[in-house]
Amino acid sequence: MATNTVPGPGQPTTLAGKAALEVDDRLIVAGPVRRTLNKVFPDHWSFLLGEIALYAFIVLLLSGTYLTFYFDASMQEVTYEGSYDALRGVEMSAAYESTLGLSFDVRGGLFIRQLHHWAALLFVAAICIHLLRIFFTGAYRRPRETNWFIGVVLLVLALLEGFAGYTLPDDLLSGTGLRIFSAVFLSIPVIGTWVYFTVFGGDFPGELIIGRLYIIHVLIIPAVLLGLIALHLLILVKQKHTQFPGAGRTEHNVVGHRLFPTFAGKATALLFIVFGLCAALGGLVQINPIWLFGPYNPSQVSAGSQPDWYIGFVDGGARIFPPWEIDLWGYHIPPVLWGALGIPGVLFMALTFYPIIERVLTKDTASHHLLQRPRDVPVRTSLGVMGLTAYIVLWISGGNDIIAERFDLSLNAMIWFGRIGFLVLPPIAYWATYRICLGLERHDREVLEHGIETGVIRRLPNGEFIEVHQPLGPVDAHGHGQLAYGGASVPKKMNQVGGARRAIKGFFKPLEEPAEVQRQAELEARGLEAARADRELTGSGRPSEGGRPSEGGRPQDPRD
Amino acid sequence: MTTTDRPGSGGGAAEAGQLHGGPDDEYSPEQLAAMDRTELDRLGARYDGVEILHVEPAPPIGSPLDKKNTRQVTFWFGLAGLSAVAFLVIYAGSGWFLPDWEWSIGSSTWSSVFTPLLGATMGLSLAAIGIGLVLYVKNLLPHETAVQDKHDGSHFDRVTTGATLMGGLHNSGLPRRKLLRRTIGFMGAAFGIMLVSPLGGYLKNPNTGNPLGTTPWGSEPDIRLVRDDGTPIRPGDQAAGSLATVFPAVENGDRAPDAAVMLIRLRPDQVATLTPAKGREDYGYGDYVAYSKICTHAGCPVSLYEQETSRILCPCHQSQFDVTQGAKPVFGPATRSLPQLPITVDDEGYFVARGDFPEPVGPSFWNIGRLG
Repeated sequence: MATNTVPGPGQPTTLAGKAALEVDDRLIVAGPVRRTLNKVFPDHWSFLLGEIALYAFIVLLLSGTYLTFYFDASMQEVTYEGSYDALRGVEMSAAYESTLGLSFDVRGGLFIRQLHHWAALLFVAAICIHLLRIFFTGAYRRPRETNWFIGVVLLVLALLEGFAGYTLPDDLLSGTGLRIFSAVFLSIPVIGTWVYFTVFGGDFPGELIIGRLYIIHVLIIPAVLLGLIALHLLILVKQKHTQFPGAGRTEHNVVGHRLFPTFAGKATALLFIVFGLCAALGGLVQINPIWLFGPYNPSQVSAGSQPDWYIGFVDGGARIFPPWEIDLWGYHIPPVLWGALGIPGVLFMALTFYPIIERVLTKDTASHHLLQRPRDVPVRTSLGVMGLTAYIVLWISGGNDIIAERFDLSLNAMIWFGRIGFLVLPPIAYWATYRICLGLERHDREVLEHGIETGVIRRLPNGEFIEVHQPLGPVDAHGHGQLAYGGASVPKKMNQVGGARRAIKGFFKPLEEPAEVQRQAELEARGLEAARADRELTGSGRPSEGGRPSEGGRPQDPRD
Repeated sequence: MTTTDRPGSGGGAAEAGQLHGGPDDEYSPEQLAAMDRTELDRLGARYDGVEILHVEPAPPIGSPLDKKNTRQVTFWFGLAGLSAVAFLVIYAGSGWFLPDWEWSIGSSTWSSVFTPLLGATMGLSLAAIGIGLVLYVKNLLPHETAVQDKHDGSHFDRVTTGATLMGGLHNSGLPRRKLLRRTIGFMGAAFGIMLVSPLGGYLKNPNTGNPLGTTPWGSEPDIRLVRDDGTPIRPGDQAAGSLATVFPAVENGDRAPDAAVMLIRLRPDQVATLTPAKGREDYGYGDYVAYSKICTHAGCPVSLYEQETSRILCPCHQSQFDVTQGAKPVFGPATRSLPQLPITVDDEGYFVARGDFPEPVGPSFWNIGRLG
């Protein structure tokens, strides 16, 4: 085919076209590429939260690789001779010394180090926000339970990865965190001391742990993360994205923009913005100034030692758990087990198995591709807010010494707040959320039945004042709306139903003719109506003839 | 066309089979050549189950709106390029035609704004590319709304795939050959255990030599208490109400994770209320008491001594210990008293330990009550 000398009909004439033909002759990719470019993505800002996590991960891989070229993950004792005067002559581990070197003696090293740290904070934060979006909209329901499990595993791995990462510099702050970690290992019943000695290669801190954490941080967890993220995305692409209910959106289609160029453009833009944010933070906002902490020494600690934000809730659990040590004939189970491992463990277990719990309780085993608004599932929403409240109480308790110090409160009062708050606030949050959901639901239905409040007050001949309501659709003999609630956002303001013209563009002077804008708006309204009518006729966007299987190569019923 | 004509299924044909998945037999090259680009795009989209519902065209080229939008995008992309250049100039120029970038205490202003400038320029450059792209997509491209079908699993695929798999299993005879099946199970288990068994080399026995129950203080008799600079301490050295962190005068005594001790000189009123733990009445020396500095909750050094209330606070989880009550926990999550070090003075009048701590130092663990 490529041997044609005279271009036949449809044969490429441009250089790029010929090159593309050469490629496709060898790889036969035109079909899959077209399918990919044509893939439709729904458009909603909350669908970009997971992407932020993905892009933060890319930033982490790039900046982390940079750091490995200098960092020396060794606990060998060395004497600092670098350019930071305050620590010159101090004995420290090679890990700490090389981190100081990265910060002071490598051009731009401090910038990349801080960029990496900020990206890590953003990575975990984006995962958490993404998880909340998935949870509160019910996006984890069948068939997406697998991706939910993968997501929870990704979150746990991200936490461990972050912990391993900020422990590597072997400074006083991270060493203190590591010591607490070692106490958690020790607290495990029966095998605790064995785990502790095996992890550290002897008594804490030993001389191995930084090297071990290093390989965990730069190889093992990133490799697993990479694999799971790839799987997460593959499943996402295969299952297609969920969408919020709305005009023309059904369980059997996806309405939005095609990958190329709109979605690809926006996604690339987000990648750059995330990268830019990390870079700006990395340069402008100091983070983890390890040279102020000094090298790790088991007999020293700073007041107000705080882990990175995402470990705070574990620390909070350890702080507020009461001093209850179980003593079984000389065998002990210390409270740090429950505080630092038990409470977070229960929270994560509940998170992991929530899709299954919900399925069993609601007996809803159907596949769902349309999302739910949080208000429409008050029990789930309230449970979510309840869990979130418990998490926030733990998280606040993780910093209770800072709060007590800053606001001049009693530290012990803060701990009691944590202890009582952890038990009392979540149920209150459940109740309050439930009531708010019901209130919002009722208001939606009220607007559908009675129309939008226009703010226009009319005086009737009998002297009675009424407010005029704008119905959203056809009304019955009593003036009540006939529209049923469809799970989509209900307009509550006149402007949302075209009560006002769209603004004329232009900052200093109008760039558009107001009359033209008006004409366009009318055309658009007519066009939308026509499109809606079309859709109702065909049911889905699929043409009635000429449509072919989109998955390609899959035999359908013979048509001839 | 029937399913037997699908690619790759014309087994044994002399002619090369149809190479593409597309309906090349339905649309001849001449037909396709007669279509314009938009038609071809829509045709391909339809073939992929995608219908373009609505296209809102971009502002006409040359219109005031288009000019304004183009200016905006140009501005951001230009700014991105300029910021990147600024980054390069700052990064490479420092120490060349700009002041030195290397920071030290009290050094020039340039070195202290070097890192912030790197962040500001790179951040601005990257963010400007992102903002420019967003504006590009939003204001210069047509907005189209598309809808794509979702497909359920195909019954045909399930049945045929299942038949292939089950056929293979059936032909292997495994369902019938019980002994072979069991042997494979045994082989798999043994092989798996063999693969992970080398990890056993990392196992360390925490009970050989009782490392959890002993500290350097017990390594030899009458070890002196020394400060971190190695100097020993006499009873007259500390002011009443003060606390000093001391270490055993052995090699690396100040590095051991379980050796740090708080030597506290009590005020007279504290001495009056001093109630040592049972059997440890003689552990102190005069108005001095010595407790392990390692918190019994999670192993942090307990450091914050509030002498007014005789309390020692651990900054990690806020466990509080009363030094006049044998350092027993009075608030927070800790459950065990800080172990007390028995002290006395030697012939030269310096503090020495009379032996090791009577119980394990640091966080609790499973067999803490059973250590020999």
